[in-house]
Amino acid sequence: MKLDAKIPSGPVQQKWDKHRFEMKLINPANKRKYRVIVVGSGLAGGSAAASLAELGYNVECVTYHDSPRRAHSIAAQGGINAAKNYQNDGDSVWRLFYDTVKGGDFRAREANVYRLAQVSAAIIDQCVAQGVPFAREYGGLLDNRSFGGAQVSRTFYARGQTGQQLLLGCYAALSRQIASGKVKMRNREEVLDIVVEGGRARGIVTRNLVTGKITTSAADAVVLATGGYANVFYLSTNAKACNATAVVRAWRRGAGFANPCFTQIPPTCIPVTDEHASKTTLMSESLRNDGRVWVPLKTGEKRAPGQIPESERDYYLERRYPSFGNLAPRDISSRAAKVVCDEGRGVGPTGRGVYLDFADAIKRLGKNAISAKYGNLFDMYRNISGEDPYEVPMRIYPAPHYTMGGLWVDYNLMTTVPGLYAIGEANFSDHGANRLGASALMQGLADGYFVLPYTIGDFLASAGPSKLTADAPCFAAVQKETEDRTKRLLSIGGKQSPDSFHIRLGKVMWERCGMARNRAGLEQALVEIPKIRDEFWKDLRVVGSGTELNQTLEKAGRVADFLEFAELMCLDALEREESCGGHFREEYQTSEGEAVRNDETFAHSAIWEWQEGGKRPIRHKEELEFENVHLATRSYK
Amino acid sequence: MNLTLKVWRQQGPSTPGRFETYEAKGVSEHISFLEMLDGVNERLLGEGKEPIAFEHDCREGICGTCSMVINGEPHGPVKGTTACQLHMRMFSDGNVITIEPWRARAFPIIKDLVVDRSAFDRIIQKGGFISANAGSAPDGNAVPIPKPDADAAFEAAACIGCGACVAACPNGSAMLFVGAKVSHLGHLPQGQPERDLRALGMVQQADAELFGNCTNHYECGEHCPKEIDVKVIAEMNRDFVRAAIRAEEPKQVAGSG
Amino acid sequence: MSRFTTALGSSIGAKLVMALTGLALLGFVLAHMIGNLQVFAGPEKINAYAHTLQNLGPILWAMRIGLLTIFGLHVWTAFKLWTANKAARPVPYAVVVPSASTYASRTMIWSGFIVLAFIVYHLLHFTLGAVQGDIFQQTREAWTAADGKHPDVYAMIVRGFRSPAVALSYVVAQLLLGLHLSHGVSSVFQTLGFTSPRLACVKKAAGPLVATVIVIGNCSIPLAILLGLVGKGVN
Repeated sequence: MKLDAKIPSGPVQQKWDKHRFEMKLINPANKRKYRVIVVGSGLAGGSAAASLAELGYNVECVTYHDSPRRAHSIAAQGGINAAKNYQNDGDSVWRLFYDTVKGGDFRAREANVYRLAQVSAAIIDQCVAQGVPFAREYGGLLDNRSFGGAQVSRTFYARGQTGQQLLLGCYAALSRQIASGKVKMRNREEVLDIVVEGGRARGIVTRNLVTGKITTSAADAVVLATGGYANVFYLSTNAKACNATAVVRAWRRGAGFANPCFTQIPPTCIPVTDEHASKTTLMSESLRNDGRVWVPLKTGEKRAPGQIPESERDYYLERRYPSFGNLAPRDISSRAAKVVCDEGRGVGPTGRGVYLDFADAIKRLGKNAISAKYGNLFDMYRNISGEDPYEVPMRIYPAPHYTMGGLWVDYNLMTTVPGLYAIGEANFSDHGANRLGASALMQGLADGYFVLPYTIGDFLASAGPSKLTADAPCFAAVQKETEDRTKRLLSIGGKQSPDSFHIRLGKVMWERCGMARNRAGLEQALVEIPKIRDEFWKDLRVVGSGTELNQTLEKAGRVADFLEFAELMCLDALEREESCGGHFREEYQTSEGEAVRNDETFAHSAIWEWQEGGKRPIRHKEELEFENVHLATRSYK
Repeated sequence: MNLTLKVWRQQGPSTPGRFETYEAKGVSEHISFLEMLDGVNERLLGEGKEPIAFEHDCREGICGTCSMVINGEPHGPVKGTTACQLHMRMFSDGNVITIEPWRARAFPIIKDLVVDRSAFDRIIQKGGFISANAGSAPDGNAVPIPKPDADAAFEAAACIGCGACVAACPNGSAMLFVGAKVSHLGHLPQGQPERDLRALGMVQQADAELFGNCTNHYECGEHCPKEIDVKVIAEMNRDFVRAAIRAEEPKQVAGSG
Repeated sequence: MSRFTTALGSSIGAKLVMALTGLALLGFVLAHMIGNLQVFAGPEKINAYAHTLQNLGPILWAMRIGLLTIFGLHVWTAFKLWTANKAARPVPYAVVVPSASTYASRTMIWSGFIVLAFIVYHLLHFTLGAVQGDIFQQTREAWTAADGKHPDVYAMIVRGFRSPAVALSYVVAQLLLGLHLSHGVSSVFQTLGFTSPRLACVKKAAGPLVATVIVIGNCSIPLAILLGLVGKGVN
């Protein structure tokens, strides 16, 4: 596998400008001769599809949802970062770049991150022009807040619904292009494979979720904007349908998969209280600005929180990290919660939870002030848990939320398969081993509005039209494979549901490849996962037919791909013998439990190449060079 | 708790539907309504029967995918809540719960509780946007927007496009949905250039989709999970009338960009 | 012209037609009521008023035709909306739990139809004399004014409403008209796009208030007659 990141030469500040100048252009009149398929309609896919259509390309946008507006970007709460420095507090492109590289624990590519910071300001302008109702000051200017422990206020927000508002802006732009005929929207279609022929992506195979019809479509370039894979854990904050099928299929067709073990597990999710829970819900981490995290001192505590005196409480974050206290970074506070629960001091019906207590803040600031700040979050918590957080401390627990790993892409966002692009959470590019708060929305829109529309033109101009139509033999072959796989899923005739396998897989992943990992556990997982997979293919039950809406069949296909992908994740976690960002290997920590990164050996991205016939995937490296942000250890003591 | 569910089952758009009765036993009060249905479906699957098809995705009350009428109320009995955020503690042992799909001619049933809401997309395509190509935007602070306007725009923009307004309306009208978008963009300076065409285009498309007419019952606002105020409909009426008087070409709608 | 027809043909256009014709009809109902309340001022007043109206000649006809057109438009549009709304939900819900809608809003078409039937009856009664024809004939030229003999409207009303069945049918019709107006009048504000929060309470109260005034005003006449408070001089 050839890995050429194609990073432009020159100082980091000039790379993007230089590259934009050097890229080949396509005559406006010729753009309509090219067809681009965009898979996914979230912030990355929606913005890419709309922008490409605005430029004149013929775009097809595919989503398994009933409407492009449903993509899970919609659930992002907190905000979107941009180096606008509207608050005059010393922010700059350089600072956002620096914070992102450092926050990513030095496992991201500098050039990509710099470009992200560079285009961030234009994203805000674009969204405002689309009518995104960002929060404003009384003077009518845009408001900002500080987010995720950043030292500057660079986060733009629309109450707790920033993702929704940005996505609706993007959906509006997309709708306009659909109306103009430049985008052909294909709702309720799921991509089940990618067609690669002659070293180039040629198109996709999809299943119409209503009619069950499996069809092929040819294009000159294919863009995957299919989001992350946190649902490999079954319980995550992702939407129920989020899946890894498209990226796993791309991987099997030759796209390198980078850093699959980098997953983000923030601490402030609502813990599940019942074994039948289907997902977890993230609450904004801003809650930690005023809430104090604690658990009882002794194990097996049965008293209600209010009856436990101060002296018998352990404010463990404040104790262990006196300077950051309750605002310690996501990964650190998540692991700390796991530690106290492993010790048997967890709270709530399952013992998997810690208190987030607002009593002091309410005493200090008054109930009204707290309600003004967090009212909607408190309501949401009350709605889900049935408890009033003004009276009883909230219970929180970490849950998987975002995946930094993804398809490897070069500076142009192209995977190792020419003509196949990956954008947004589906790629690995910008967040390294840990993503900063309010940066996911920024990356998705940067890729879609301001990066891909340029870089895809460069590829199309050099490679020319694909010339293969959907009746070419290579399409028929992949279509047959897809149809066979679907038939197989329907005909196993076993006893167990897709969900039951998914739940079992999720438990293994959460135990062995979750917040803290170790060699023994990962090796164990690599034994357990193939077993579940074998059982899946022997004892799966799917009822109904393949020629109608069949949600069980959809699930089964997704679980099958998760079962394959989970193994890769564990493999990557096993091979990365260091602790960095969201990846914590218990063997690599200080005596005080701090992560120990190994820059000597692991200052690289690991890229996995799929191998025919069930052989172990091959691990490649892209060495990372830090010329501008110097390698340093994070310390939050 | 043990519950009796009467669920609308319909194999396809043209096959007649009927209610089927299912027992849901030992339901925990801590789970959500959809998780209760998950449990029923797992059991049906175990018995070799087809699970109940229903739509859902984020299960956080924001994507707008879930759509079912629970005991005569879209999204169930709790105000300002989607079905996915409805919890079983709202019900008690022995309850009989009737679950129906959104019922409207403009939302044809695909299967069981799954309906086709693409009419909403087509309405948005007739003007529910601001024509601003990527790259052409002025600085975000170039045009100050008074906070009350930004807030009013946000309130309307909170619509999740679930269709509960249509489901709740005795006339099957989509005017809360249309009004929300017209109001959202109408409150912003950026939305002014296309304001007339937007109102005309979106309303005409809603009519063409064969939604019913608004006769001010206000059930829509009452059942909107985002509690969008029915005043957006009044705003839309005003915009529409003004546009009808001013617009030069009534048939032409925005979207040719 | 086409932009108006397009607009009128739309659902909001129809809504606007309902609001504006409704408003005009409300104006008529109010004027009609104020005119009729003169029955409390005695025969001279109301008979003179009726005489003035009838002497308007072509203006009267213009008014009648105008009113009929507005009324026809109101009824026809209502019928059109009603059938379209029925069609918008071909399969009804098994369970319906109304919450924000009111009894009045849900029964507009029925209260409307009944009021329509009543209006036909009312015209047959007091304008054409097809109901209680004997009373109508007796009072036709029973009032002597300066310029000759004219209908004794006062006596006609009093004798008519002495029949409990007739009086009661009028009262019932007025109650239904009130129901109709309680939703209709409040709706006008919404339809015409009044959104000011200061108007919110006006918007809500206007319907019931106007309805109450009209029900009390219009019912007071048959009830007062039936109870013998008015028309003691008429045999």
